[in-house]
Amino acid sequence: MRRMNKNIISLKSIDKDYYVGDITVRALKDVDMEINEGEFTAVMGTSGSGKSTLLNILGCLDKPTKGKYHLDDELINKLNKNQLAYIRNQKIGFVFQSYNLLPKTSALENVELPLLYNNTVSSKERRERALSALESVSLSNRKFHMPNQLSGGQQQRVAIARSLVNNPVLILADEPTGNLDTRTSYEIMNLFQELNSQGKTIVIVTHEQDIAQFTKRNIIYRDGRIIKDQKIENPKSAKEALDKLPKEEEA
Amino acid sequence: MKLINLIKLAIQSLLRNKFRSLLTMLGIIIGVASVIAMLAIGEGSKQSIEKNISGMGSNLIMVSPIKDKRGGVTLGSGDAKKLYIDDCEAILENCPSVKSVTPVLRASGQIISGSNNWPTSIMGTNEYFFEIRNQEIESGRSFTNDEIRRAAKVCLIGETVKENIFGENSDPVGEKIRYNKIPFEIIGVLESKGQSTFGSDQDDIIVAPYTTVQKRILSISFIHQIYLSAISEDASEKAVEEIEETLRAEHKLTGAEENDFDIRTQEEIMSMLSSTSDVLTTLLAAIAGISLLVGGIGIMNIMYVSVTERTREIGLRSAVGGREVDIMWQFLIESIFMSLTGGIIGIILGASTAYSVSHFMNWPVVITVNSIFLAFFFASIIGVFFGWYPARKAAKLDPINALRHE
Repeated sequence: MRRMNKNIISLKSIDKDYYVGDITVRALKDVDMEINEGEFTAVMGTSGSGKSTLLNILGCLDKPTKGKYHLDDELINKLNKNQLAYIRNQKIGFVFQSYNLLPKTSALENVELPLLYNNTVSSKERRERALSALESVSLSNRKFHMPNQLSGGQQQRVAIARSLVNNPVLILADEPTGNLDTRTSYEIMNLFQELNSQGKTIVIVTHEQDIAQFTKRNIIYRDGRIIKDQKIENPKSAKEALDKLPKEEEA
Repeated sequence: MKLINLIKLAIQSLLRNKFRSLLTMLGIIIGVASVIAMLAIGEGSKQSIEKNISGMGSNLIMVSPIKDKRGGVTLGSGDAKKLYIDDCEAILENCPSVKSVTPVLRASGQIISGSNNWPTSIMGTNEYFFEIRNQEIESGRSFTNDEIRRAAKVCLIGETVKENIFGENSDPVGEKIRYNKIPFEIIGVLESKGQSTFGSDQDDIIVAPYTTVQKRILSISFIHQIYLSAISEDASEKAVEEIEETLRAEHKLTGAEENDFDIRTQEEIMSMLSSTSDVLTTLLAAIAGISLLVGGIGIMNIMYVSVTERTREIGLRSAVGGREVDIMWQFLIESIFMSLTGGIIGIILGASTAYSVSHFMNWPVVITVNSIFLAFFFASIIGVFFGWYPARKAAKLDPINALRHE
């Protein structure tokens, strides 16, 4: 007996071509990929492997040249710009390497941002949901801080709270630890593991093996194709890894 | 995104760059303020001209000779057809719409009294002049019919003449002066009329019986002008027709010949002058409008800078579900908000400038509701027009590139 998990991402024979002058760059070549609900996946590859292109397509920021992409059973290929914006607003939470928080804007308002583009959410509900998202990344006590008053790790946690606030089916993180030191990276990965254990489907794009080892599945790209798709039976616990790090001196 | 949120967003983002927003608005503020101030000054001068001209006399009509034209060439004044005192009498006899008539002669010369002297012009009229020109007499009296008949050497002097010869608080009635060596007795002082529309001092004058000026000073047989008043304002058009008919008969002009005289009513002078002032107002407002335009370009410039600077923000907003139209509105509302706020501040500033001009420089100003609406309307149009392209640029940004923008 196998438990059938709901299919969140389904890519079928995806091609993505870029045209630079007369030259055609084939960024993705005939990619098939499926990700189910509750999975925690790391997409890996060197630069030029197509992983960024894949992320753009998964995030509905770009459309494939060929092939079919279903997100949460919805066919994305045929949608227009406004419909794509709606899908991004309803189904996807983004986390970026450089956090992309709005400057001079409080943590709380930054977290509220995606809900501002959802007219069905009242301002009261928006505030409540943003507060609870901040709570889930343990930053309730920083809600009125501006991004420049927060550490890198805290800023990334605000960004993660922002990605959670619209209750998405998929969290897409693009090198979320790229700008952070090891300890903070582990803290962020610990947060992702916690969120995953609560049932969130997470896809992380990274080139660091060190980070990928905390996920449950590693998909490795090279030259626009998947060269390795590997389940990790017992992923490392980021919490334990944190405990093993030499203690920082208390300031 | 809901409109209320868009407006909040615009205000927040403008407040985050207070100084820059203020500088940007400054263009609009100055533009709107100058439009308001210029229109106020223009309108004020127009109304003051109108007031001034109606002060020239009620229902005033002026008849002057015109220089003779032969074969299209205007000849020298020596050839001008003259007006004579007979013309005055004929008008009085044949024109029922005319109330009073005075011949007018002018001469210039030097007044001497004791050790003081003053150059001024003398005007020769009959006793109806004061009524026709709305000229009150401050002290003393007007001349009598008998004095006119005798060409008596009596005169009334204006305020400026009095001040320069006798001093400000004097009463020169009864004093003797000499005008071009002819001794005159002062029988009255004219009430001050101040500056005329043309900028000349209306109080720098002496009025004497026309016979005196005609015979004793100028030694001529004709007269320079005729001033008349119609029996009422409505009758002035009728009066003009009657005068024309009478003078044509008097000058023996036949059907095809052109008039050798010119009749002007106060209304004509008023419309002529206010059209001049209208042109001036339009010109001033146009110059002010250009500064408003420059202000608009300033907004456009800053909005472009702002779009470039906030490229990542635009990318992020797009990624979390902002549609093109949401992004577009966000920037458009910012520019509209700046131009409207600038417009309101500009209106206040323009109005206070206009009032301080009127207070310190004694210029008449009138702020009309129309000019306020006009300025406000243009400010908002400018906000939309110059905000449109930067907002569109923002909306059309590709979110992928925008998110990577450094």
